Amino acid sequence: MDLLRFTTAGSVDDGKSTLIGRLLYDSKSIFEDQLEAIEESSRKKGDENVNLALLTDGLKAEREQGITIDVAYRYFATPKRKFIIADTPGHIQYTRNMVTGASTANLAIILIDARKGVIEQTKRHSFIANLLSIKHVVVAVNKMDLVDYDQGVYDEIVKDYQSFVSRLDNLVDITPIPISALNGDNVVEKSKKMSWFEGSSLLYHLENVYVGGDENHVQARFPVQWVIRPQSDKFHDFRGFAGRVAGGVFRPGDDVTVLPSGFSSRVKEVFQDGEEMEEAFAPQSITITLEDEIDISRGDMLVKANNPPKQSQNLEAMICWFSNQNLNQRAKLIIRHTTRETKAIVQKMSYKVDINTLRKEEDSSSFSLNEIGRISLRTAAPLCYDSYNNNRQTGSFILIDPGTNETVAAGMIV
Amino acid sequence: MSNYNLSHLNQLEAEAIFILRETAAQFENPGLLFSAGKDSIVMAHLARKAFYPARIPFPLVHVDTGHNFPETIAFRDAYAEKIGARLFVGLVQDSIDKGTAVEETGANASRNKLQTVTLLETIEEQQYDAVLGGGRRDEEKARAKERFFSHRNDFGEWDPKNQRPELWNLFNGRKQSGEHFRVFPLSNFTEMDVWMYMHREGIELPSLYYAHERETVTRNGVILSVSEFVQPREGETVEVKKIRFRTMGDATITGAVESSADTMEQIIEEVAAARQTERGNRADDKRSETAMEDRKKEGYF
Repeated sequence: MDLLRFTTAGSVDDGKSTLIGRLLYDSKSIFEDQLEAIEESSRKKGDENVNLALLTDGLKAEREQGITIDVAYRYFATPKRKFIIADTPGHIQYTRNMVTGASTANLAIILIDARKGVIEQTKRHSFIANLLSIKHVVVAVNKMDLVDYDQGVYDEIVKDYQSFVSRLDNLVDITPIPISALNGDNVVEKSKKMSWFEGSSLLYHLENVYVGGDENHVQARFPVQWVIRPQSDKFHDFRGFAGRVAGGVFRPGDDVTVLPSGFSSRVKEVFQDGEEMEEAFAPQSITITLEDEIDISRGDMLVKANNPPKQSQNLEAMICWFSNQNLNQRAKLIIRHTTRETKAIVQKMSYKVDINTLRKEEDSSSFSLNEIGRISLRTAAPLCYDSYNNNRQTGSFILIDPGTNETVAAGMIV
Repeated sequence: MSNYNLSHLNQLEAEAIFILRETAAQFENPGLLFSAGKDSIVMAHLARKAFYPARIPFPLVHVDTGHNFPETIAFRDAYAEKIGARLFVGLVQDSIDKGTAVEETGANASRNKLQTVTLLETIEEQQYDAVLGGGRRDEEKARAKERFFSHRNDFGEWDPKNQRPELWNLFNGRKQSGEHFRVFPLSNFTEMDVWMYMHREGIELPSLYYAHERETVTRNGVILSVSEFVQPREGETVEVKKIRFRTMGDATITGAVESSADTMEQIIEEVAAARQTERGNRADDKRSETAMEDRKKEGYF
């Protein structure tokens, strides 16, 4: 059984909670006591129907206001796959939460109301999926029951959507599915009311979509997380480099280069829990020992000489700003990239993107909460990085405010 | 050509090990909460893997209510010795004796809430700047919002509306002095995943998890084990039942389920068929709709 992480964005009106509720309910992932608890709170609040949104909106403030504020993670499994849903609010004021939920997802479900077609929110969610390089998108055209399951309406929406996303290069696999989350049409079972639809049901697609190729298995990258030195009689000279493979494949006997020092050595052993492995690949957590004793510490990266990452103190990136305090030119922040942390200064703010229209705004002397755009950074120490589209792990970073310690931006290296 | 796909258990394991190592790297003095419950045993198991062949670079920490099942305490001590880990025990009784915690009175009195006091005192006295816990997001709706690295202010409080966003594999453990973090490496495991993982790894558990006969009383729909701490009240009858525990907590509040599952395979079958969450029989969660969120804000696990 493998794992699929997907993200959804939206508000109660879009039928997002109904859809998630149905996936959980039909896969028997909602327990009786959970259902009883939400029936009870729906009754207390005077709702007519059982409000499935209460399953995902767990915080007191969310229940009071009837909105999703934060990312919530939900789990369900079928005999084929385990699923992790990052359930996020859809409104523009929660862009940062959508970005957060999208950062670990392999797939995004974009919900479209069949009565409304492609609207601003559809474009916003698609833009974020593209920005975060989510390769697989399901366009769930929902509420088909309210348009009499009409193929013409659906076809028109799909055509509209496809002409819009042609500008978004990272969305390589787009699958439209007409559904009614409320009635369960094409959610788990194929709907008899839409026999004109030749594709599969949503769940079938989620169970079978191939996401194994999403990790980079070509360019070898191993950011060192921790040095294991047992200091025991049995393992007196043992020096193991612990970390999670961020790209490529590592095997005993491989020639590797340590960055940023540039020293070379050869992989002696690759371990997982004391068991020697023939090879290790992303996203495995492993321990590597080398033939030579060289100085390596947390924040260094093992790579292969034939395809090294870029090494530089300058980087260009798209960022999403998370803080109520604006980002200004020359701001000094802490940058955390792989297992390395250093200081960074904002050299240039090139442009911002209006995420509803996808237009670039050249005037960008400061970024405020939820704004997305391109900046240039100079770091105090060199970083070893790839472009985000090549490698999500070595191409991403966060910025931290040194005064408050808050995470104030997510960055994707161009 | 190899198939570079990882099973879901391998992915969850890799993620948990990454978080454990990140905790060791980012903090000066972490501690791993260890109650001898199944989630904390899985945590200790993963920590052994993460740092092999070195020992776990942090101590096991138990907040002991004094109302634990004797099997639990025996298991705890034997386990710490087996893996060569340091064990620190914070006693709720000490907090009561000092007067910082006050024993609850009334019909449903328990020491569950008092654990928070002792936990925060232990963190302060031992100067832990990160406390690793086995909490999972599938357990409860407030926990579904929890971060891997969860910030706690000077008072040990959680501010759920103002949490740091967590993206990719980048975890921000920076803090002011006096603040600390709660770290949850098993966040993405479900109850089923934990059982499947324990089965795959051949992990040993306290006998309480397997079906056995015991004297019980049924109180507010919850089956409690009769012990020094739980005595039948007027109108309650003691019945001998074949039961097992799905979670391990205070003897006063941990409800049992009737079961005949005495192997891990049988338990996995039961878990797969279960229609109640595992916390469904915990009286502490039933106190109000947001009981867990309220306790977590104050500094509960």
